[in-house]
Amino acid sequence: MAPDETRPESARESREAAAERAGIAVRPEFQSGNGGGLREKVFELKGVDVLYSGVTAVKGVSMDIHRKDVTALIGPSGCGKSTLLRCFNRMNDLIPGAEVKGEILYHGENLYGSGVDPVQARKLIGMVFQKPNPFPKSIYDNVAFGPRILGRKDGLDETVENALKGAALWDEVKDRLKDNAFGLSGGQQQRLCIARCIAVQPDVILMDEPCSALDPISTGKIEDLMIELKEEFSIVIVTHNMQQAARVSDRTAFLMVELDAEEHNRWGRLVEYDETEKIFTNPADKRTEDYVSGKVG
Amino acid sequence: MSSGPEAFSPRNRLAVAGARATTQAMLREQPRGDVIRNTIFAGLLLAAVLIALAGLLALLIQAFAKGSSALSTDLFTNPPSTAFPEKAGYRPAIVGSLELIAGVILFVIPIGIGAALYLEEYADKSRWWNTLIEVNIQNLAAVPSIIYGILGLAFIVRGPLDLGFILAAGALTLALLVLPMVIIAAREAIRAVPDSIRQGSLALGATKWQTIRTQVLPASIPGIATGVILAVSRALGETAPLLLVGATVFVTFDPTPFGDDGYSAMPVQIFNYALRPQEEFQALAAAGIIVMLVVLLAMNSFAIWLRNRYEQRW
Repeated sequence: MAPDETRPESARESREAAAERAGIAVRPEFQSGNGGGLREKVFELKGVDVLYSGVTAVKGVSMDIHRKDVTALIGPSGCGKSTLLRCFNRMNDLIPGAEVKGEILYHGENLYGSGVDPVQARKLIGMVFQKPNPFPKSIYDNVAFGPRILGRKDGLDETVENALKGAALWDEVKDRLKDNAFGLSGGQQQRLCIARCIAVQPDVILMDEPCSALDPISTGKIEDLMIELKEEFSIVIVTHNMQQAARVSDRTAFLMVELDAEEHNRWGRLVEYDETEKIFTNPADKRTEDYVSGKVG
Repeated sequence: MSSGPEAFSPRNRLAVAGARATTQAMLREQPRGDVIRNTIFAGLLLAAVLIALAGLLALLIQAFAKGSSALSTDLFTNPPSTAFPEKAGYRPAIVGSLELIAGVILFVIPIGIGAALYLEEYADKSRWWNTLIEVNIQNLAAVPSIIYGILGLAFIVRGPLDLGFILAAGALTLALLVLPMVIIAAREAIRAVPDSIRQGSLALGATKWQTIRTQVLPASIPGIATGVILAVSRALGETAPLLLVGATVFVTFDPTPFGDDGYSAMPVQIFNYALRPQEEFQALAAAGIIVMLVVLLAMNSFAIWLRNRYEQRW
């Protein structure tokens, strides 16, 4: 991809950034969550590169993620959307040789700054994985795990109940909280993982293809849930299902695989990031249009 | 394919019949040589199983034939005697063996699990010294037990630790002998815990140690316990290293862990009785073998049951 093709994208972003800067006198907590052009930003990415053992996996991503939005990352396999998602809660730190360059600001604070403890960051930025991964414990203990390790042991029963209600699972499991979580269906297990995540009251929930291992009915339930959850949380979801992105997200980022001149190396590049409606109806970039209309990918 | 009248024309019918005949011929035809070779091979494999079983069976039958007359509760309560074989028993040896395995368990559980956790969760596998440690632990599991006896004599009984010929020194020696087994079993159990569980825990804001303590260890306890039981049953049956680190063959009192007037253990005492020419002592040795076999089989069965019952299937 030639660099000039990304220019309109970054130009638009810098306009937004300028508007944002104009409103910076207003402290984020006094801004309205959904008010017009001035949106509170949860994450600001500035020229983010991700490298595994020196090999670039994602290159030059700049984007802002707004509070209480569902932001979808879409793109073909290998475009680095999951890699990018794992930068938001520093899960890439766990992979030996992984390196994040550029800047990721979380509520204006450098997430990769020297004083930032990834463990503390993950308490605020929760994650739901592709394959449901309940702990081999009871349903109750799964949800109570987070509050317990954080030392929030008062009113644990209530926390667990609220989290399960929040994940639309309470009615199905309220009579068998002591049963092993492995007895639940795949869709229930995934909602349990969401309950487990919201029990620690995070600020952001990252979801890495949360429905790819589920049947359509379970998928529908989780999509409904996401729309409810965004009242309270900011959600970033990676999905390879474009309809899903169209159904649940407010903003969509389209990433694509880019090759170097010799076609030896490949990495992910952000092509377009905009309102979901615009991405799916009137994308600015030809490649986005080809992808969302099913011509490529 | 059309289902019109031409589908049933005589020519088509002939073609279908021909194809069916070919299929039948291919399915049924088996060369005679294959049948014979299959039978011979299966027979040889069965023979291998029978030889393995026959060894155990012969041991059991022989031990029962010779030792059943000596089997009584006196065996467990009476001390050994050279003068009165009809009154002689295994009491000090049994107490010694119990204290030995208690010492082995105390030593081997924290060290074995600790080493396994380090190697699986903390060690950077790309560093050469960690690979060296791994290979060495595999090798240590195959070192003959008499070598551990010499090591115990040189470093525990004498040398740096200088404990003397006491039971605790014997327990430490046996613990060193079975430690590699425990580490290997614990590592396998820890490795069996999928990474998705670790990631799920870390993503909730748990620290590495919280993740290990609350997720990895509980999930791997059945596997670790199985390994510890198998290791302890190996320690229980070992004779050679004990002979070098002071297990005396003739002790008439209950040994204490740190007493320096000698201790004994079941296999050592059996060895002692078996060396004596009198018929009664031979029977006594056989009875001891029965007791050992029953205890070891029970321990190994328990380990297998524990593994099947509690092992987490992911």
